[in-house]
Amino acid sequence: MNRREFIATGGALIVSFALPVWGQKLPGALDKEPLLDAWLRVGADGRITVFTGKAELGQGIKTAILQIAAEQLAVDMNAIELVTADTALTPNEGYTAGSNSMKDSGTAVLHAAAQAREILIAEAAKRLGVPAGELSAQAGEVRTRDGRRVAYGALVQNELLHVRAAPQSKLIARIADRKYMGKPVARVDIPAKVTGGAAYVHDLRLPDMVHARVVRPPSYGAKLKSVEMEPVAKMAGVLKIVRDGSFLAVVAAREWIAVQAMRALRTHAQWEETRKLPRDVYATLAQLPSQDSVIAGADAQPPQGARLLQAEYRRPYQLHGAIGPACAVARYENGALTIWTHSQGVYPLRGAISELMSMAPERVHCIHLEGSGCYGHNAADDVAADAALVARAVPGTPVRVQWMREDEHAWEPYGPAMITKVRAALDASGNVAGWQYDVWSNTHSSRPGKAGELAAAWSLERPFPPSPPRPIPQPEGGGDRNAIPLYKFPATRVTHHFIPEMPLRVSALRALGGYMNVFSIESFVDELAGAAKADPVAFRLRQLDDPRARDVIRFAAERFGWDAYKKQNGRGRGFAFARYKNLAAYCALAMEVEVQRETGELRVLRVVAAVDSGEAVNPDGIRNQIEGGILQSLSWTTFEAVMYNDARITSRDWGTYPILRFSHVPLAMEVHVIDRPGEHFLGTGEAAQGPAAGALANALAHASGVRVRELPFSPRRLRVTLNA
Amino acid sequence: MKLDVNGRAHEVDADPATPLLYVLREDLKLNAAKFGCGLGQCGACTVLADGEAIFSCITPLSVVQGRRITTLEGLGTAEKPGPMQRAFIELQAAQCGYCIPGMMMRAQALLEHKPAASEAEIRAALQPNLCRCGTHMRIVRAAVRAGELMRGKS
Repeated sequence: MNRREFIATGGALIVSFALPVWGQKLPGALDKEPLLDAWLRVGADGRITVFTGKAELGQGIKTAILQIAAEQLAVDMNAIELVTADTALTPNEGYTAGSNSMKDSGTAVLHAAAQAREILIAEAAKRLGVPAGELSAQAGEVRTRDGRRVAYGALVQNELLHVRAAPQSKLIARIADRKYMGKPVARVDIPAKVTGGAAYVHDLRLPDMVHARVVRPPSYGAKLKSVEMEPVAKMAGVLKIVRDGSFLAVVAAREWIAVQAMRALRTHAQWEETRKLPRDVYATLAQLPSQDSVIAGADAQPPQGARLLQAEYRRPYQLHGAIGPACAVARYENGALTIWTHSQGVYPLRGAISELMSMAPERVHCIHLEGSGCYGHNAADDVAADAALVARAVPGTPVRVQWMREDEHAWEPYGPAMITKVRAALDASGNVAGWQYDVWSNTHSSRPGKAGELAAAWSLERPFPPSPPRPIPQPEGGGDRNAIPLYKFPATRVTHHFIPEMPLRVSALRALGGYMNVFSIESFVDELAGAAKADPVAFRLRQLDDPRARDVIRFAAERFGWDAYKKQNGRGRGFAFARYKNLAAYCALAMEVEVQRETGELRVLRVVAAVDSGEAVNPDGIRNQIEGGILQSLSWTTFEAVMYNDARITSRDWGTYPILRFSHVPLAMEVHVIDRPGEHFLGTGEAAQGPAAGALANALAHASGVRVRELPFSPRRLRVTLNA
Repeated sequence: MKLDVNGRAHEVDADPATPLLYVLREDLKLNAAKFGCGLGQCGACTVLADGEAIFSCITPLSVVQGRRITTLEGLGTAEKPGPMQRAFIELQAAQCGYCIPGMMMRAQALLEHKPAASEAEIRAALQPNLCRCGTHMRIVRAAVRAGELMRGKS
């Protein structure tokens, strides 16, 4: 047998092995993991377990997967146990990222469960001597018309479900009969979160667990020249100081002692720092060497004519900024390592950690537990590496490491600073006749997979250098995500200027380049509509063919009351639209803002959004994600920029890096879900980031008469810009 | 040190300068109050002391000795959720949920004094607390709803 993994769990045996890919592509992640029993198992006692390689990040994926599985297996949701990302138990689904969980894992579970139901019914038909068409599945049993029943558990002998998935499923539950899919089912993770249950890796308490804190370098690349460890080692409760090159950590029996010891140790450490952070990041980005690729319209002529417009937009470095700093627990025992982590990718993390620790991957077990927020590649992997390094220094003892607020602000990989430039010409009828768009950006993924992507690895006596940065290819794209407009502009030419050298540490922040590109495109479309003296919504609609795009735009405009809007002094309305990655969910939104010219204070009054996520498995989950995406994007767009001097990051807390507070939360927000039963699931988690920024920019321009093209729209910037 | 937490007396062996948060989490094994910033800037650690919302991450034990401390665990359980918890479940007012216990305690402090607080008053009261997922609209609605439940509306 071409066996790759052979894992015994709970008495049952799961066998999964790689098969050659043949024939048709299988649905979703089944294409990578085609065996049905890699996704679900039915025990002889009837217990059902569903496996997903995706992780709960607060986006509600557990609930949605359970809804799908329960619907297709014809059982109660609470009859299913769900196992998420775990390198010993679940399929390897890479990262939980890119709004791909429903498309990949949701689709895989949909078909695996529907096909399992079909197999169970066929098996029952054989045993009962009844045609399969006369049988139905219900509540964990296959039933005949005359009332005979056989439980799933009695049918699953002989590895019944240990078969390769088929490209099509014959028995997908009929839409009209659905009990769970398409319904706003309550999230399964919320009760524990609102009653003090153990809900996060932060809440994991293992017997004899100790606490560690890392003394992070004061700046990128700083080298630890010397450190006086003795006074700290003598502090009551301090168990150990771990030093490997410039990696410095302290272990204590109690958490508060670990924090105090870390602070004390910091005062005893001498560092050698470099001073090479950019004074003006936009000038620096413009000068750094770039790898240029034309991603659309290689043959298109530059825009020409009398009605030619151009603009440049800028976005600073921005934080993920989860409210709870990154945390991990690790235990090193008998040459094996177990890590409880809120990493988005337990398998890639396992690869990176095994390289970091010079251990075989089989000796490293990564288990996902929820963390605070996520929003992309934050410090979750870094803290897992910290915990692994410290755990090896105290074998047999579980170690919990949590970053401090200043660690997270100064060391997490930021969303990259970016520049975009756009030129377009209008024709005689006021439509776009040519469009040239350029985007300059660092990479949008420096995720692990290799040890060199882990912050601690750079500080070791024998350091691991970061891997060479790479762009993410189209159609998803990284810096060029959503850089190609969905509008039917003729002669569209789009160039991605990928800049390998990173002045600051950067990686994936929710929506990646899609946030900046949609902000830029949607701002400029409004500028063009203004030049064409056209209504911004009508201007978009008349240059857009995709019927689903047109539907969300019309829906959002209508519910906002776009046509009847009466402008008041100091207020304005704005509109924006995008289809995330040009292949996931459609999102359009309209908003009204108020701006105080004297103080520069910008306030959103109300927002109306429409979203098409294909088949909506959990409409309330979609609404929650879009509401959250809008508010987070409003925070980025209004307030946020990482601050630094020539050596150090200086925005190290919420005072120096302010984010949205309740005083700036809109008074009203509506999110309308356009459900498309039977259509493919379209990723939604990042769909609002770009449109919310574009609509805010357009509303600010409408309210103030001034177009602001540099982010963020902070009070300080607006005070200057609006009064210039 | 003697502490009164959720109506029970506890004796803990800790330096009086220790921030309350660490004792709640480590000695009393309570999960709800969270470490967010350690600076009193985000509110993830919010608990009540004699009904007043405090940042437990910067409040030393010595300050809360003899005061009645209430954490989210004191408002009910998953099996028997109190009005604030019922409201947050009903409105599905969480994404990652990390900030939510602090939000609930901040809202609780207001509603215990003023059960009929308006939405505007709730928003103003929640100003010290940060949410990064953007769950604010639901948090406000859930707090309004909690007030209704406390006032006996079903």
